[in-house]
Amino acid sequence: MIGADIAIILPEIALAIFAMAALIFGVYTSKDESAPFLTWLTAAVFAALAIWIGLTGSGINVAFGGMFVDDSFARFAKVVILLSAAAILLMSRDHMAKLGILKFEYPILIALSVVGMMMMVSAGDLMALYMGLELQSLSLYVVASLHRDDAKSTEAGLKYFVLGALSSGMLLYGSSLVYGFAGTTGFAGIIEAATAIDGHMPIGLLIGLVFLIAGLAFKVSAAPFHMWTPDVYEGSPTPVTAFFATAPKVAAMGLFARVVHDAFGGAVGDWQQILALLAVISMFLGSIAAIGQSDIKRLMAYSSIAHMGFALMGLAAGTALGVQAMLIYMSIYVTMNIGAFAFIVTMERDGEAVSDIRGLSMLSRRDPTKALALLVIFFSLAGVPPLVGFFGKFYVLNAAVDAGLGWLAVAGVIASVIGAFYYIRIVYFMYFGNAEDAAETQMGPVQWGLLMASAVILVVGIANLFGIEGAALAAAETLVLR
Amino acid sequence: MIGLEHYLTVAGALFVIGIFGIFLNRKNVIVILMSIELMLLAVNINLVAFSSFLGDLTGQIFTLFVLTVAAAEAAIGLAILVCFFRTRGTIAVEDVSNMKG
Repeated sequence: MIGADIAIILPEIALAIFAMAALIFGVYTSKDESAPFLTWLTAAVFAALAIWIGLTGSGINVAFGGMFVDDSFARFAKVVILLSAAAILLMSRDHMAKLGILKFEYPILIALSVVGMMMMVSAGDLMALYMGLELQSLSLYVVASLHRDDAKSTEAGLKYFVLGALSSGMLLYGSSLVYGFAGTTGFAGIIEAATAIDGHMPIGLLIGLVFLIAGLAFKVSAAPFHMWTPDVYEGSPTPVTAFFATAPKVAAMGLFARVVHDAFGGAVGDWQQILALLAVISMFLGSIAAIGQSDIKRLMAYSSIAHMGFALMGLAAGTALGVQAMLIYMSIYVTMNIGAFAFIVTMERDGEAVSDIRGLSMLSRRDPTKALALLVIFFSLAGVPPLVGFFGKFYVLNAAVDAGLGWLAVAGVIASVIGAFYYIRIVYFMYFGNAEDAAETQMGPVQWGLLMASAVILVVGIANLFGIEGAALAAAETLVLR
Repeated sequence: MIGLEHYLTVAGALFVIGIFGIFLNRKNVIVILMSIELMLLAVNINLVAFSSFLGDLTGQIFTLFVLTVAAAEAAIGLAILVCFFRTRGTIAVEDVSNMKG
């Protein structure tokens, strides 16, 4: 029995063992001199695991009495998480080395947080959910303050820690109420209790659900629980910011989908309004607050808040179509962010990293290829047709209309029009800015490759989105129609 | 007779005190760490009370996990706080404001 359980959870175990072995290796050998090697190795392990999970997994496998669920939803999310984490590790090496913070702990902490994320998207029980979430969060608090001699980085770590711990507390309080009123921590048992009284939940369970959603909204940085995002994005070292913007968001959205569908799937009416409200506030706040920003990392933070609003709109639909739209949206969002951050990581002036958006000024004259790639990425982030970013928004809006949330779709369109302003402002600086403000953007081959790959994917993908529609639909159906 | 409601009331009160401790405290960051701990312990009271009320051990197992994670969380929080103090020379809450907007 236990052998079969372990076979299901083997990728997570393998990654955890790798992280611990790497830690011992790092401590016993040359300390930080082994950091570049470990960074490459960890990225390679991530990619190998992604291929392994993507190619070999099939069916719905449940391990440890329902604590751990390996279905096509979990596999889809895990592949996106692993690939984006690998890309971020590759792009971060040069920048971290330049700042003198390429410590061997960095890839190990990232690996541990990825283990946590894989646990999160596979959680089938409140305890597994909590442990996965904390493994992820605790590692991320440390990487946020990795640049420990820098006042901003430690401040970012401190803020992230305090607000992250607060959100964990809320989530936990919600879990305890859910446990008390459902009598079990397993999602399979909760879903029965949630529809016990002629399709409605007991009030205690509902309060527990609200606390759970508040805690999860913190983790995906949905407004009004977004306060930590801009400060943490600005203060953290840029590669770490890039990581925050990609893999943890996918994991937290995956966990969100799991909780609302696996544990509360029978009571869509009870959580739909909450998610719709979170979506509207996030979209508008993200789009409007980003307009006044002059720091590109802060701007990307507000941009990610707005994008989370769109992803939540898919989730608010409460249908398989909605979850499919959410998964497609998150995959596209991650692709765009990897491309954008591959560029932001390299911005510097006189050897110092800068993140002022004026640093992009007249990029088109100095380096037309890069400027064109960035133009594609920012237009795609804004959702300008016919780029892939538009299709992400299209799926989400379609799902919302299909579920009878027409007003939410209209709000989404208005918010994305407002949001287009600040993306286009960046493009304006690239093509018409003041050349004196310009920053240098010496790129290594890895960053250049990731930037171009991202831009090419966003153009070529309009043909068929590389077939992720089908995979996302299969994933959504195993989650919703169970 | 002390029933489930009494335990839940105490836990709820402690939880709310914890949240207020984080938001109303203007003095120093250590108090915030204490408030976080208070919140987690309130949850533990909840879990143990439910566990005993339901006659089900799961809640107590959950409590052990929460205690373990809370210890790790306190360790990491203090470590970050030490780094912060080294760069800034203060741990007053109003000084944690280099970034705004």
